[in-house]
Amino acid sequence: MTRRELYEHQQRRRSLIIAGISTICVVVTIIFLVPFAPGWEKVQKSFFNGAVLTKTFPKLLDAFRVNIMIFAWSAPAIAILGLMIALARDAKSPALFPLRIFGAAFTDIFRGVPVILTVYLIGFGIPGLGLPRPWNSPFIWGSLALILTYSAYVAEIFRAGIDSVHPSQRSAALSLGLSERQVMKDVILPQAIRNVVPSQMNMLIALQKDVSLLSFIGPVEIFRQAGVYKSLFANFTPYVGAAIIFLIVTIPATRYADYLMARQMRERR
Amino acid sequence: MLKLELRNVVKRFGENTVCNGISLGVEQGQMVCLIGASGAGKSTVLRCINLLEPIEDGEIFLDEEDISIPGLNPQNVRSKIGMVFQNFNLFPHMTAFENAILAPKRIRGLSKVDLNAEIEMLFERFELTERMHNYPDQLSGGQQQRVAIVRALAMKPEVMLFDEITSALDPQLVGEVLDVLLQLKAQGMTMVLATHEMQFARQAADKICFLKDGKVVEEGTAKEIFNTPKQAETKAFLERALK
Repeated sequence: MTRRELYEHQQRRRSLIIAGISTICVVVTIIFLVPFAPGWEKVQKSFFNGAVLTKTFPKLLDAFRVNIMIFAWSAPAIAILGLMIALARDAKSPALFPLRIFGAAFTDIFRGVPVILTVYLIGFGIPGLGLPRPWNSPFIWGSLALILTYSAYVAEIFRAGIDSVHPSQRSAALSLGLSERQVMKDVILPQAIRNVVPSQMNMLIALQKDVSLLSFIGPVEIFRQAGVYKSLFANFTPYVGAAIIFLIVTIPATRYADYLMARQMRERR
Repeated sequence: MLKLELRNVVKRFGENTVCNGISLGVEQGQMVCLIGASGAGKSTVLRCINLLEPIEDGEIFLDEEDISIPGLNPQNVRSKIGMVFQNFNLFPHMTAFENAILAPKRIRGLSKVDLNAEIEMLFERFELTERMHNYPDQLSGGQQQRVAIVRALAMKPEVMLFDEITSALDPQLVGEVLDVLLQLKAQGMTMVLATHEMQFARQAADKICFLKDGKVVEEGTAKEIFNTPKQAETKAFLERALK
């Protein structure tokens, strides 16, 4: 080992030991002190009730399958619609001018309105027109509300991705005799989509959470189910249980998105 | 008959006139080098020939056919005129082979087997067979530029344009790329180069044009330009470039 490596090795060990001791001190203090806090017993009984948790947790997991289902059919629809809107907004031919206007209006409207408002408007409103079963299902119209809202955001991210591809790539592709359309499909889009994967991961995570908004128009998904149990047991532990289930999914997903983002930063450097 | 001819080509970017009436003739099989300081308009001339930039005024002829008519579909022209860029501009999400086969596959309409064999031959000809299935970021600068040349040749162009193709390369990699140009010249390819490689231009060019401020100041054979330049501006430029 060179003396520099030796020095850095010692420094690292020192930092590790200090960080370890300081973490242990803080954790021990919290564990010892929190139960002495006034009202802790009440908090524990209301939010961290073991008996309620064991009774409700499996049912909550069951209800979470509804979230996953809605998520599973909405996400691909959002990707496709988002990409179509992004392409429509960049359409150059004059015949497609209405499409451009439509794309711009679409993103403006659905990014500008609160998601919950869109969910109410479409999810309650359209079945309210008196559609026959199964076409009055809040699953369909609630999902549509999510798809419309999220497509608007996803489309903007795709557009940013298209803009991020250097113009020289376009020049090179055109110089080979490819048409504008082929250039977009074969050269620009594949790179654009790859560039925005981390950002789109974050949209997926947000969507996963926002599926719960559909609870307001009917579907008994995890948030609604937790609410039912909250009323039944007069206890908030089911909400905590629901939060735990969300975190089990979202924490790894956010970490993965962060990892992709960091890797991309490294590659760009 | 000229293979390629520019008559009084004018190109402006906003207020900035980059080509101010450029005329230029290239015969079949000739290698023409455009020299001049950065910003003289060399690259823009090449981009105009390939119709990547629409021109304000003047005409460009390929085989005595006006290709600069506004509104003309540029695709047919571009597939006859290959272009290679300073920064290679390979498509990073495709292997070298996929880079080369993309345009012929989309445009030339050959069977897959014939086309594959043809592209493989090209890679072999330029000693890139081993690197054929590598991605651009796994290749050296010289290899990337040679792949870019192969990619342009895959369209079987009649004219090739080279835009300072060695400027982004480490000095020890310049040779392999210039060798490719000599190889193409020997095979009778019609070529126009924008270049800062004075020694190469001197040895290989059939004709040299010195550009300044968007105009052809002087043109002639390598001997005429390098040994007996007539214009003071040419002399001054060469003195600086060759020092």
